Amino acid sequence: MTAWDQVVELLSSPLMQRALLAAILVGAAAPVVGTFLVQRRMALMGDGIGHVALTGVALGWLVGSWAGLVPQDTLALPGAVVAAVVGSIVIELVRERGRTSGDLALALMFYGGIAGGVLLIKLAGGTNANLISYLFGSISTVSSADLWWTVGLAVLVLTLGVGLRTALFAVSHDEEFARASGLPVRLLSMLVATIAALTVTIAMRVVGLLLVSALMIVPVAIAQLFARSFGRTMMLASVVGVVVSIAGLVLTYWQDIPPGATIVVLAILVYAVTATLQPLLRRPAPPRDPHPDMVDDVLLVDDVTDDGPLSRPAPTA
Amino acid sequence: MSTPVIEATGLGVTLGGQPILDGIDLSVPAGEVLALLGANGSGKSTLVRTLLGVVPRTSGEVRLFGAPLGPSAPWHRIGYVPQRLPAAAGVPATAYEVVSSGLLHGRTLRPPRGHRRRALAALDDVGLGDRAFQRVQEMSGGQQQRVLIARALVRDPDLLVLDEPTSGIDIPTQATFVDTVSRLHDAGTTVVVILHELGPFAPLIDRAVVLRHGRVAHDGAPPRARDEHAGEWHDHTHAHPDPEPPRTGPSLSVEVNP
Repeated sequence: MTAWDQVVELLSSPLMQRALLAAILVGAAAPVVGTFLVQRRMALMGDGIGHVALTGVALGWLVGSWAGLVPQDTLALPGAVVAAVVGSIVIELVRERGRTSGDLALALMFYGGIAGGVLLIKLAGGTNANLISYLFGSISTVSSADLWWTVGLAVLVLTLGVGLRTALFAVSHDEEFARASGLPVRLLSMLVATIAALTVTIAMRVVGLLLVSALMIVPVAIAQLFARSFGRTMMLASVVGVVVSIAGLVLTYWQDIPPGATIVVLAILVYAVTATLQPLLRRPAPPRDPHPDMVDDVLLVDDVTDDGPLSRPAPTA
Repeated sequence: MSTPVIEATGLGVTLGGQPILDGIDLSVPAGEVLALLGANGSGKSTLVRTLLGVVPRTSGEVRLFGAPLGPSAPWHRIGYVPQRLPAAAGVPATAYEVVSSGLLHGRTLRPPRGHRRRALAALDDVGLGDRAFQRVQEMSGGQQQRVLIARALVRDPDLLVLDEPTSGIDIPTQATFVDTVSRLHDAGTTVVVILHELGPFAPLIDRAVVLRHGRVAHDGAPPRARDEHAGEWHDHTHAHPDPEPPRTGPSLSVEVNP
Protein backbone atom coordinates (compact mmCIF):
# COMPACT_ATOMS: atom_id res chain seq x y z
CA MET A 1 0.00 0.00 0.00
CA THR A 2 1.46 3.34 -0.98
CA ALA A 3 1.67 6.28 1.34
CA TRP A 4 -1.07 8.04 -0.63
CA ASP A 5 -3.44 5.12 -0.13
CA GLN A 6 -2.76 5.28 3.57
CA VAL A 7 -3.60 8.97 3.66
CA VAL A 8 -6.82 8.37 1.72
CA GLU A 9 -7.76 5.56 4.09
CA LEU A 10 -7.03 7.78 7.09
CA LEU A 11 -9.14 10.61 5.73
CA SER A 12 -12.04 8.41 4.75
CA SER A 13 -12.61 7.07 8.24
CA PRO A 14 -15.51 9.05 9.77
CA LEU A 15 -14.02 8.64 13.21
CA MET A 16 -10.74 10.09 12.04
CA GLN A 17 -12.52 12.92 10.21
CA ARG A 18 -14.27 13.96 13.40
CA ALA A 19 -11.11 13.62 15.44
CA LEU A 20 -9.08 15.66 12.92
CA LEU A 21 -11.64 18.46 12.79
CA ALA A 22 -11.72 18.64 16.59
CA ALA A 23 -7.93 18.62 16.77
CA ILE A 24 -7.57 21.41 14.20
CA LEU A 25 -10.12 23.64 15.91
CA VAL A 26 -8.69 23.08 19.38
CA GLY A 27 -5.11 23.41 18.11
CA ALA A 28 -5.99 26.78 16.56
CA ALA A 29 -8.08 28.20 19.40
CA ALA A 30 -6.11 27.15 22.49
CA PRO A 31 -2.90 29.12 21.73
CA VAL A 32 -4.91 32.28 20.93
CA VAL A 33 -6.24 32.26 24.47
CA GLY A 34 -2.86 31.10 25.77
CA THR A 35 -1.17 34.22 24.36
CA PHE A 36 -3.36 36.46 26.53
CA LEU A 37 -2.82 34.23 29.57
CA VAL A 38 0.97 34.28 29.18
CA GLN A 39 0.89 38.05 28.80
CA ARG A 40 -1.17 38.36 31.96
CA ARG A 41 1.32 36.09 33.74
CA MET A 42 -1.41 33.55 34.32
CA ALA A 43 0.07 30.66 32.39
CA LEU A 44 -1.22 28.22 34.98
CA MET A 45 -4.78 29.50 34.88
CA GLY A 46 -5.74 26.87 32.29
CA ASP A 47 -4.62 24.19 34.74
CA GLY A 48 -6.72 25.68 37.51
CA ILE A 49 -9.79 25.81 35.27
CA GLY A 50 -9.13 22.23 34.14
CA HIS A 51 -9.17 20.97 37.71
CA VAL A 52 -12.40 22.80 38.47
CA ALA A 53 -13.96 21.48 35.25
CA LEU A 54 -13.49 17.94 36.56
CA THR A 55 -15.94 18.70 39.34
CA GLY A 56 -18.29 19.98 36.64
CA VAL A 57 -17.97 16.73 34.69
CA ALA A 58 -18.84 14.70 37.79
CA LEU A 59 -21.67 17.09 38.67
CA GLY A 60 -23.11 16.71 35.18
CA TRP A 61 -22.82 12.96 35.60
CA LEU A 62 -24.60 13.13 38.95
CA VAL A 63 -27.45 15.23 37.59
CA GLY A 64 -27.68 12.90 34.58
CA SER A 65 -28.03 9.81 36.77
CA TRP A 66 -30.67 11.52 38.94
CA ALA A 67 -32.65 12.45 35.88
CA GLY A 68 -32.23 8.93 34.54
CA LEU A 69 -30.59 10.09 31.32
CA VAL A 70 -28.99 7.51 29.02
CA PRO A 71 -26.07 7.60 28.61
CA GLN A 72 -25.27 8.93 32.05
CA ASP A 73 -22.58 11.32 30.84
CA THR A 74 -24.91 13.31 28.55
CA LEU A 75 -24.56 16.30 30.84
CA ALA A 76 -20.82 15.90 31.48
CA LEU A 77 -19.79 18.47 28.88
CA PRO A 78 -22.40 21.10 29.84
CA GLY A 79 -21.46 20.50 33.48
CA ALA A 80 -17.81 21.10 32.63
CA VAL A 81 -18.68 24.32 30.76
CA VAL A 82 -20.63 25.70 33.71
CA ALA A 83 -18.02 24.74 36.32
CA ALA A 84 -15.14 26.04 34.18
CA VAL A 85 -16.79 29.40 33.56
CA VAL A 86 -17.71 29.83 37.23
CA GLY A 87 -14.21 28.70 38.31
CA SER A 88 -12.48 31.07 35.89
CA ILE A 89 -14.51 34.03 37.09
CA VAL A 90 -13.67 33.19 40.72
CA ILE A 91 -9.97 32.96 39.81
CA GLU A 92 -10.17 36.32 38.04
CA LEU A 93 -11.89 37.94 41.04
CA VAL A 94 -9.21 36.55 43.34
CA ARG A 95 -6.52 37.96 41.04
CA GLU A 96 -8.20 41.36 40.98
CA ARG A 97 -8.49 41.57 44.76
CA GLY A 98 -4.80 41.18 45.40
CA ARG A 99 -1.88 39.11 44.37
CA THR A 100 -0.63 38.02 47.76
CA SER A 101 -3.42 35.60 48.53
CA GLY A 102 -3.99 34.84 44.85
CA ASP A 103 -1.78 31.83 44.36
CA LEU A 104 -2.94 30.28 47.63
CA ALA A 105 -6.56 30.65 46.52
CA LEU A 106 -5.66 29.13 43.15
CA ALA A 107 -4.04 26.17 44.89
CA LEU A 108 -7.16 25.59 46.99
CA MET A 109 -9.20 25.61 43.82
CA PHE A 110 -6.89 23.09 42.10
CA TYR A 111 -7.21 20.55 44.89
CA GLY A 112 -10.86 21.26 45.58
CA GLY A 113 -11.65 20.67 41.90
CA ILE A 114 -9.98 17.26 41.71
CA ALA A 115 -11.26 16.09 45.10
CA GLY A 116 -14.78 17.29 44.32
CA GLY A 117 -14.76 15.47 41.00
CA VAL A 118 -13.61 12.15 42.50
CA LEU A 119 -16.15 12.42 45.33
CA LEU A 120 -19.10 13.35 43.14
CA ILE A 121 -18.44 10.66 40.52
CA LYS A 122 -18.67 8.07 43.30
CA LEU A 123 -21.99 9.54 44.47
CA ALA A 124 -23.21 9.41 40.87
CA GLY A 125 -22.60 5.67 40.86
CA GLY A 126 -19.54 5.86 38.65
CA THR A 127 -15.90 5.09 39.31
CA ASN A 128 -12.66 6.95 38.91
CA ALA A 129 -12.17 5.06 35.67
CA ASN A 130 -15.02 7.09 34.19
CA LEU A 131 -13.03 10.23 34.85
CA ILE A 132 -9.88 8.99 33.15
CA SER A 133 -11.13 9.77 29.65
CA TYR A 134 -11.77 13.37 30.74
CA LEU A 135 -8.47 13.72 32.56
CA PHE A 136 -6.33 12.45 29.71
CA GLY A 137 -8.58 12.91 26.69
CA SER A 138 -10.25 10.43 24.41
CA ILE A 139 -10.37 11.98 20.99
CA SER A 140 -11.29 8.64 19.40
CA THR A 141 -14.64 8.71 21.21
CA VAL A 142 -15.66 12.14 19.87
CA SER A 143 -19.31 11.84 18.87
CA SER A 144 -21.13 14.03 16.36
CA ALA A 145 -22.83 15.91 19.19
CA ASP A 146 -19.45 16.54 20.86
CA LEU A 147 -18.11 17.76 17.56
CA TRP A 148 -20.87 20.34 17.18
CA TRP A 149 -20.15 21.64 20.69
CA THR A 150 -16.47 21.84 19.81
CA VAL A 151 -17.08 23.63 16.50
CA GLY A 152 -19.46 26.14 18.06
CA LEU A 153 -17.29 26.96 21.04
CA ALA A 154 -14.07 27.07 19.00
CA VAL A 155 -15.61 29.53 16.54
CA LEU A 156 -16.82 31.65 19.46
CA VAL A 157 -13.38 31.62 21.12
CA LEU A 158 -11.57 32.46 17.88
CA THR A 159 -14.02 35.24 16.98
CA LEU A 160 -13.76 36.91 20.39
CA GLY A 161 -10.02 36.33 20.80
CA VAL A 162 -9.05 37.59 17.35
CA GLY A 163 -11.79 40.19 16.92
CA LEU A 164 -11.12 41.91 20.22
CA ARG A 165 -7.38 41.27 20.29
CA THR A 166 -6.42 44.96 20.50
CA ALA A 167 -8.73 45.54 23.46
CA LEU A 168 -7.67 42.33 25.19
CA PHE A 169 -4.04 43.23 24.49
CA ALA A 170 -4.55 46.69 25.99
CA VAL A 171 -6.02 45.26 29.18
CA SER A 172 -3.42 42.50 29.49
CA HIS A 173 -0.45 44.71 28.67
CA ASP A 174 -1.10 47.74 30.87
CA GLU A 175 -4.14 47.50 33.09
CA GLU A 176 -3.57 50.92 34.64
CA PHE A 177 -3.54 52.67 31.28
CA ALA A 178 -6.62 50.72 30.21
CA ARG A 179 -8.46 51.98 33.31
CA ALA A 180 -7.28 55.53 32.66
CA SER A 181 -8.73 55.18 29.15
CA GLY A 182 -12.13 54.24 30.53
CA LEU A 183 -12.01 50.75 29.01
CA PRO A 184 -14.30 48.21 30.71
CA VAL A 185 -11.29 46.51 32.30
CA ARG A 186 -13.18 44.13 34.54
CA LEU A 187 -15.50 43.02 31.74
CA LEU A 188 -12.57 42.39 29.39
CA SER A 189 -10.63 40.50 32.08
CA MET A 190 -13.69 38.35 32.68
CA LEU A 191 -13.93 37.80 28.94
CA VAL A 192 -10.36 36.46 28.81
CA ALA A 193 -11.17 34.19 31.76
CA THR A 194 -14.38 32.99 30.15
CA ILE A 195 -12.90 32.19 26.77
CA ALA A 196 -10.09 30.39 28.61
CA ALA A 197 -12.76 28.33 30.37
CA LEU A 198 -14.54 27.54 27.10
CA THR A 199 -11.24 26.50 25.55
CA VAL A 200 -10.55 24.17 28.43
CA THR A 201 -13.86 22.43 27.94
CA ILE A 202 -13.47 21.99 24.18
CA ALA A 203 -9.89 20.80 24.54
CA MET A 204 -10.95 18.36 27.26
CA ARG A 205 -11.88 15.71 24.68
CA VAL A 206 -8.70 16.16 22.65
CA VAL A 207 -5.89 16.31 25.20
CA GLY A 208 -7.69 15.88 28.53
CA LEU A 209 -8.18 18.27 31.42
CA LEU A 210 -4.74 17.68 32.91
CA LEU A 211 -2.99 18.51 29.64
CA VAL A 212 -5.22 21.31 28.33
CA SER A 213 -2.95 24.00 29.61
CA ALA A 214 0.00 22.56 27.68
CA LEU A 215 -1.82 23.08 24.40
CA MET A 216 -2.56 26.68 25.41
CA ILE A 217 0.91 27.58 26.65
CA VAL A 218 3.60 25.51 24.89
CA PRO A 219 2.83 26.83 21.36
CA VAL A 220 3.09 30.37 22.75
CA ALA A 221 6.45 29.53 24.28
CA ILE A 222 7.62 28.28 20.87
CA ALA A 223 6.21 31.28 18.98
CA GLN A 224 7.73 33.94 21.17
CA LEU A 225 11.19 32.57 20.48
CA PHE A 226 10.80 33.87 16.94
CA ALA A 227 8.05 36.49 16.76
CA ARG A 228 8.73 40.17 17.34
CA SER A 229 5.19 41.32 17.92
CA PHE A 230 2.19 40.27 19.92
CA GLY A 231 0.09 39.69 16.80
CA ARG A 232 2.72 37.49 15.17
CA THR A 233 3.19 35.52 18.38
CA MET A 234 -0.50 34.78 18.46
CA MET A 235 -0.66 33.75 14.82
CA LEU A 236 2.47 31.62 14.91
CA ALA A 237 1.35 29.93 18.14
CA SER A 238 -1.96 29.07 16.53
CA VAL A 239 -0.20 27.54 13.50
CA VAL A 240 2.10 25.53 15.79
CA GLY A 241 -0.95 24.36 17.75
CA VAL A 242 -2.68 23.09 14.60
CA VAL A 243 0.45 21.39 13.25
CA VAL A 244 1.31 19.49 16.46
CA SER A 245 -2.33 18.50 16.95
CA ILE A 246 -2.61 17.03 13.45
CA ALA A 247 0.82 15.40 13.65
CA GLY A 248 0.09 13.87 17.05
CA LEU A 249 -3.27 12.57 15.94
CA VAL A 250 -1.96 11.07 12.70
CA LEU A 251 0.83 9.31 14.60
CA THR A 252 -1.73 7.60 16.81
CA TYR A 253 -3.53 6.30 13.74
CA TRP A 254 -0.65 3.93 13.06
CA GLN A 255 0.81 3.55 16.51
CA ASP A 256 -1.20 2.53 19.54
CA ILE A 257 -0.30 5.55 21.66
CA PRO A 258 -2.60 7.97 23.52
CA PRO A 259 -3.27 11.01 21.30
CA GLY A 260 -3.51 13.70 23.98
CA ALA A 261 -0.16 12.86 25.54
CA THR A 262 1.41 12.45 22.09
CA ILE A 263 0.33 15.96 21.04
CA VAL A 264 1.72 17.49 24.22
CA VAL A 265 5.02 15.58 24.10
CA LEU A 266 5.39 16.58 20.46
CA ALA A 267 4.85 20.26 21.30
CA ILE A 268 7.40 20.12 24.09
CA LEU A 269 9.91 18.39 21.79
CA VAL A 270 9.41 21.14 19.21
CA TYR A 271 10.03 23.71 21.94
CA ALA A 272 13.18 21.94 23.17
CA VAL A 273 14.61 21.65 19.64
CA THR A 274 13.77 25.20 18.54
CA ALA A 275 14.93 26.74 21.81
CA THR A 276 18.25 24.93 21.43
CA LEU A 277 18.69 25.79 17.78
CA GLN A 278 17.29 29.31 17.89
CA PRO A 279 20.58 31.07 18.72
CA LEU A 280 22.13 29.29 15.74
CA LEU A 281 19.25 30.02 13.38
CA ARG A 282 18.99 33.70 14.16
CA ARG A 283 21.36 35.88 12.18
CA PRO A 284 23.61 37.75 14.57
CA ALA A 285 22.67 41.41 14.50
CA PRO A 286 25.55 43.64 13.49
CA PRO A 287 26.82 45.59 16.48
CA ARG A 288 25.57 49.15 16.28
CA ASP A 289 24.96 52.14 18.45
CA PRO A 290 21.44 51.78 19.86
CA HIS A 291 21.19 55.57 20.07
CA PRO A 292 22.90 56.97 16.98
CA ASP A 293 20.95 60.20 17.32
CA MET A 294 22.11 60.84 20.84
CA VAL A 295 25.20 62.68 21.97
CA ASP A 296 27.50 60.77 24.23
CA ASP A 297 27.10 62.89 27.29
CA VAL A 298 29.51 60.93 29.44
CA LEU A 299 33.04 62.22 29.17
CA LEU A 300 35.86 60.40 30.84
CA VAL A 301 38.39 62.84 32.13
CA ASP A 302 41.25 60.54 31.25
CA ASP A 303 40.25 60.47 27.60
CA VAL A 304 40.42 64.16 26.99
CA THR A 305 43.43 66.31 27.43
CA ASP A 306 43.75 69.98 26.78
CA ASP A 307 46.61 69.60 24.39
CA GLY A 308 45.00 67.80 21.51
CA PRO A 309 44.92 64.12 20.69
CA LEU A 310 44.85 61.47 23.28
CA SER A 311 48.19 60.16 24.38
CA ARG A 312 48.55 57.53 26.99
CA PRO A 313 51.78 56.67 28.67
CA ALA A 314 53.01 53.30 27.53
CA PRO A 315 52.48 50.69 30.20
CA THR A 316 55.63 49.88 32.01
CA ALA A 317 56.36 46.43 33.18
CA MET B 1 -17.18 80.71 32.24
CA SER B 2 -16.72 77.46 30.35
CA THR B 3 -16.79 74.06 32.04
CA PRO B 4 -13.55 73.21 33.81
CA VAL B 5 -11.61 70.30 32.30
CA ILE B 6 -11.11 68.70 35.70
CA GLU B 7 -13.33 69.40 38.66
CA ALA B 8 -12.80 67.48 41.89
CA THR B 9 -14.67 68.29 45.08
CA GLY B 10 -13.98 66.89 48.53
CA LEU B 11 -11.89 64.07 47.11
CA GLY B 12 -10.73 61.46 49.62
CA VAL B 13 -8.89 58.20 49.04
CA THR B 14 -8.13 55.50 51.59
CA LEU B 15 -5.90 52.63 50.57
CA GLY B 16 -5.35 49.69 52.90
CA GLY B 17 -6.86 51.62 55.83
CA GLN B 18 -4.44 54.52 55.31
CA PRO B 19 -5.89 57.88 54.28
CA ILE B 20 -3.84 58.91 51.23
CA LEU B 21 -5.84 61.92 50.08
CA ASP B 22 -8.20 64.02 52.15
CA GLY B 23 -10.54 66.83 51.17
CA ILE B 24 -8.96 67.74 47.86
CA ASP B 25 -10.74 70.42 45.85
CA LEU B 26 -9.26 71.01 42.45
CA SER B 27 -10.54 72.79 39.39
CA VAL B 28 -8.48 73.00 36.23
CA PRO B 29 -9.76 75.40 33.52
CA ALA B 30 -9.24 74.65 29.84
CA GLY B 31 -5.85 75.50 28.39
CA GLU B 32 -3.99 75.62 31.70
CA VAL B 33 -0.66 73.91 32.40
CA LEU B 34 -0.83 72.74 36.00
CA ALA B 35 2.12 71.32 37.90
CA LEU B 36 1.48 68.98 40.82
CA LEU B 37 4.35 69.19 43.26
CA GLY B 38 5.11 67.52 46.55
CA ALA B 39 7.46 65.16 48.30
CA ASN B 40 7.48 61.42 47.69
CA GLY B 41 4.39 59.90 49.28
CA SER B 42 2.50 63.18 49.39
CA GLY B 43 -0.22 61.70 47.16
CA LYS B 44 0.58 63.26 43.76
CA SER B 45 0.36 60.04 41.74
CA THR B 46 -2.65 58.82 43.71
CA LEU B 47 -4.45 62.10 43.02
CA VAL B 48 -3.86 61.84 39.29
CA ARG B 49 -4.82 58.17 39.23
CA THR B 50 -7.98 58.93 41.19
CA LEU B 51 -8.92 61.73 38.82
CA LEU B 52 -8.66 59.25 35.94
CA GLY B 53 -10.56 56.48 37.71
CA VAL B 54 -7.61 54.12 38.14
CA VAL B 55 -7.79 54.27 41.93
CA PRO B 56 -11.28 54.08 43.47
CA ARG B 57 -12.17 57.14 45.56
CA THR B 58 -13.55 56.89 49.05
CA SER B 59 -15.38 60.20 49.03
CA GLY B 60 -15.96 63.21 46.87
CA GLU B 61 -16.73 63.63 43.20
CA VAL B 62 -14.74 63.97 40.00
CA ARG B 63 -15.98 65.45 36.75
CA LEU B 64 -13.95 65.41 33.55
CA PHE B 65 -15.09 67.90 30.91
CA GLY B 66 -18.26 68.22 32.96
CA ALA B 67 -19.10 64.50 32.86
CA PRO B 68 -18.84 62.25 35.93
CA LEU B 69 -16.21 59.49 35.89
CA GLY B 70 -17.57 56.37 34.27
CA PRO B 71 -18.48 54.98 30.89
CA SER B 72 -19.97 58.28 29.75
CA ALA B 73 -16.86 60.39 30.41
CA PRO B 74 -15.24 61.69 27.21
CA TRP B 75 -12.27 59.32 27.38
CA HIS B 76 -11.16 60.07 23.82
CA ARG B 77 -10.23 63.59 24.96
CA ILE B 78 -7.87 62.36 27.70
CA GLY B 79 -4.31 61.13 27.30
CA TYR B 80 -2.39 59.64 30.22
CA VAL B 81 1.36 59.02 30.37
CA PRO B 82 2.26 56.78 33.34
CA GLN B 83 5.68 56.86 34.91
CA ARG B 84 6.88 53.77 33.15
CA LEU B 85 5.90 50.74 31.14
CA PRO B 86 4.73 47.82 33.27
CA ALA B 87 7.31 45.12 33.87
CA ALA B 88 7.82 43.09 30.73
CA ALA B 89 5.54 40.09 30.34
CA GLY B 90 6.56 37.02 28.40
CA VAL B 91 4.90 37.95 25.13
CA PRO B 92 6.78 40.45 22.95
CA ALA B 93 4.96 43.58 21.79
CA THR B 94 6.11 46.19 19.28
CA ALA B 95 6.01 49.94 19.81
CA TYR B 96 3.36 50.09 17.08
CA GLU B 97 1.12 47.66 18.98
CA VAL B 98 1.51 49.55 22.26
CA VAL B 99 0.66 52.87 20.57
CA SER B 100 -2.31 51.30 18.76
CA SER B 101 -3.77 50.28 22.09
CA GLY B 102 -3.99 54.01 22.86
CA LEU B 103 -6.66 54.32 20.17
CA LEU B 104 -9.10 52.36 22.32
CA HIS B 105 -11.06 54.17 25.01
CA GLY B 106 -14.38 54.02 26.76
CA ARG B 107 -16.64 51.80 24.69
CA THR B 108 -14.41 51.86 21.60
CA LEU B 109 -13.04 48.32 21.74
CA ARG B 110 -11.80 48.01 18.18
CA PRO B 111 -9.21 50.25 16.53
CA PRO B 112 -10.90 52.89 14.34
CA ARG B 113 -10.40 53.29 10.62
CA GLY B 114 -6.98 54.60 9.70
CA HIS B 115 -5.48 53.37 12.97
CA ARG B 116 -2.24 52.23 11.36
CA ARG B 117 -1.49 55.63 9.85
CA ARG B 118 -2.32 57.42 13.10
CA ALA B 119 -0.17 55.11 15.24
CA LEU B 120 2.81 55.44 12.92
CA ALA B 121 2.39 59.23 12.79
CA ALA B 122 2.35 59.39 16.59
CA LEU B 123 5.57 57.38 16.74
CA ASP B 124 7.11 59.68 14.13
CA ASP B 125 6.24 62.68 16.30
CA VAL B 126 8.34 61.35 19.16
CA GLY B 127 11.21 60.41 16.86
CA LEU B 128 10.66 56.67 16.89
CA GLY B 129 9.24 56.26 13.39
CA ASP B 130 12.04 53.91 12.37
CA ARG B 131 11.57 51.73 15.45
CA ALA B 132 7.82 51.18 15.21
CA PHE B 133 8.19 47.44 14.71
CA GLN B 134 10.82 46.86 17.34
CA ARG B 135 9.98 45.13 20.61
CA VAL B 136 9.40 47.71 23.34
CA GLN B 137 11.04 45.31 25.78
CA GLU B 138 14.32 45.76 23.91
CA MET B 139 14.20 49.55 24.01
CA SER B 140 16.00 51.80 26.46
CA GLY B 141 14.11 53.53 29.28
CA GLY B 142 14.04 56.84 27.40
CA GLN B 143 12.69 55.23 24.25
CA GLN B 144 10.01 53.37 26.23
CA GLN B 145 8.97 56.71 27.75
CA ARG B 146 8.61 58.17 24.27
CA VAL B 147 6.44 55.20 23.26
CA LEU B 148 4.22 56.02 26.23
CA ILE B 149 3.88 59.67 25.10
CA ALA B 150 2.99 58.50 21.62
CA ARG B 151 0.35 56.18 23.09
CA ALA B 152 -1.23 59.12 24.93
CA LEU B 153 -1.01 61.51 21.96
CA VAL B 154 -2.33 59.13 19.31
CA ARG B 155 -5.91 59.99 20.24
CA ASP B 156 -5.30 63.78 20.01
CA PRO B 157 -6.24 64.50 23.63
CA ASP B 158 -7.57 67.81 24.94
CA LEU B 159 -6.25 66.91 28.38
CA LEU B 160 -2.79 65.42 28.81
CA VAL B 161 -1.77 63.97 32.17
CA LEU B 162 1.90 63.22 32.75
CA ASP B 163 3.24 61.38 35.80
CA GLU B 164 6.79 62.51 36.58
CA PRO B 165 7.91 62.68 32.97
CA THR B 166 11.40 63.85 33.87
CA SER B 167 12.43 61.40 36.57
CA GLY B 168 15.19 59.06 35.57
CA ILE B 169 15.09 60.24 31.98
CA ASP B 170 17.99 61.37 29.80
CA ILE B 171 18.14 65.01 28.75
CA PRO B 172 17.13 64.49 25.08
CA THR B 173 13.96 62.66 26.14
CA GLN B 174 13.19 65.37 28.70
CA ALA B 175 13.47 67.81 25.84
CA THR B 176 10.98 65.71 23.86
CA PHE B 177 8.55 65.99 26.75
CA VAL B 178 9.00 69.75 27.11
CA ASP B 179 8.67 70.32 23.34
CA THR B 180 5.55 68.18 23.23
CA VAL B 181 3.95 69.96 26.16
CA SER B 182 4.72 73.42 24.81
CA ARG B 183 3.38 72.49 21.36
CA LEU B 184 0.17 71.11 22.89
CA HIS B 185 -0.15 74.11 25.18
CA ASP B 186 0.02 76.43 22.19
CA ALA B 187 -2.75 74.39 20.57
CA GLY B 188 -4.97 74.91 23.63
CA THR B 189 -4.52 71.52 25.32
CA THR B 190 -4.87 71.36 29.08
CA VAL B 191 -1.87 69.73 30.75
CA VAL B 192 -1.51 68.29 34.26
CA VAL B 193 2.04 67.28 35.06
CA ILE B 194 3.47 65.72 38.21
CA LEU B 195 6.96 67.01 38.88
CA HIS B 196 9.63 66.70 41.51
CA GLU B 197 11.16 70.02 40.56
CA LEU B 198 9.98 72.41 37.92
CA GLY B 199 13.22 71.98 36.00
CA PRO B 200 12.95 72.40 32.24
CA PHE B 201 9.15 72.74 32.48
CA ALA B 202 9.40 75.95 34.56
CA PRO B 203 8.63 78.45 31.76
CA LEU B 204 5.48 76.55 30.75
CA ILE B 205 3.81 76.22 34.13
CA ASP B 206 0.79 78.50 34.69
CA ARG B 207 -0.09 77.28 38.15
CA ALA B 208 1.26 74.89 40.76
CA VAL B 209 -0.53 72.78 43.32
CA VAL B 210 1.66 71.49 46.12
CA LEU B 211 0.48 68.48 48.09
CA ARG B 212 1.60 67.66 51.60
CA HIS B 213 0.38 64.55 53.41
CA GLY B 214 -2.54 64.19 51.05
CA ARG B 215 -3.79 67.76 51.37
CA VAL B 216 -3.36 70.81 49.21
CA ALA B 217 -0.63 72.94 50.83
CA HIS B 218 -0.30 75.55 48.09
CA ASP B 219 -2.38 76.47 45.07
CA GLY B 220 -1.32 79.36 42.90
CA ALA B 221 1.69 80.72 41.10
CA PRO B 222 4.55 78.26 40.73
CA PRO B 223 6.98 78.59 43.62
CA ARG B 224 10.13 80.46 42.80
CA ALA B 225 13.42 78.68 43.08
CA ARG B 226 15.82 79.95 45.71
CA ASP B 227 18.77 82.26 45.22
CA GLU B 228 21.05 81.39 42.39
CA HIS B 229 18.77 78.57 41.21
CA ALA B 230 16.25 81.16 40.08
CA GLY B 231 18.57 82.75 37.55
CA GLU B 232 17.54 82.48 33.94
CA TRP B 233 20.96 81.10 33.07
CA HIS B 234 20.68 78.40 35.69
CA ASP B 235 20.64 74.97 34.12
CA HIS B 236 18.65 72.61 36.33
CA THR B 237 19.87 69.49 34.66
CA HIS B 238 23.56 70.07 35.18
CA ALA B 239 25.48 67.71 37.38
CA HIS B 240 25.79 69.15 40.85
CA PRO B 241 29.15 68.55 42.48
CA ASP B 242 28.83 65.70 44.93
CA PRO B 243 28.89 66.80 48.55
CA GLU B 244 31.76 65.61 50.65
CA PRO B 245 30.67 62.24 52.01
CA PRO B 246 30.68 61.88 55.76
CA ARG B 247 33.72 60.07 57.00
CA THR B 248 32.81 56.96 58.95
CA GLY B 249 35.49 54.49 59.76
CA PRO B 250 38.41 53.53 57.58
CA SER B 251 38.06 54.40 53.92
CA LEU B 252 38.60 51.97 51.11
CA SER B 253 40.68 52.97 48.15
CA VAL B 254 41.21 51.07 44.97
CA GLU B 255 44.23 51.72 42.83
CA VAL B 256 45.02 50.35 39.43
CA ASN B 257 48.65 49.97 38.56
CA PRO B 258 49.48 49.69 34.92
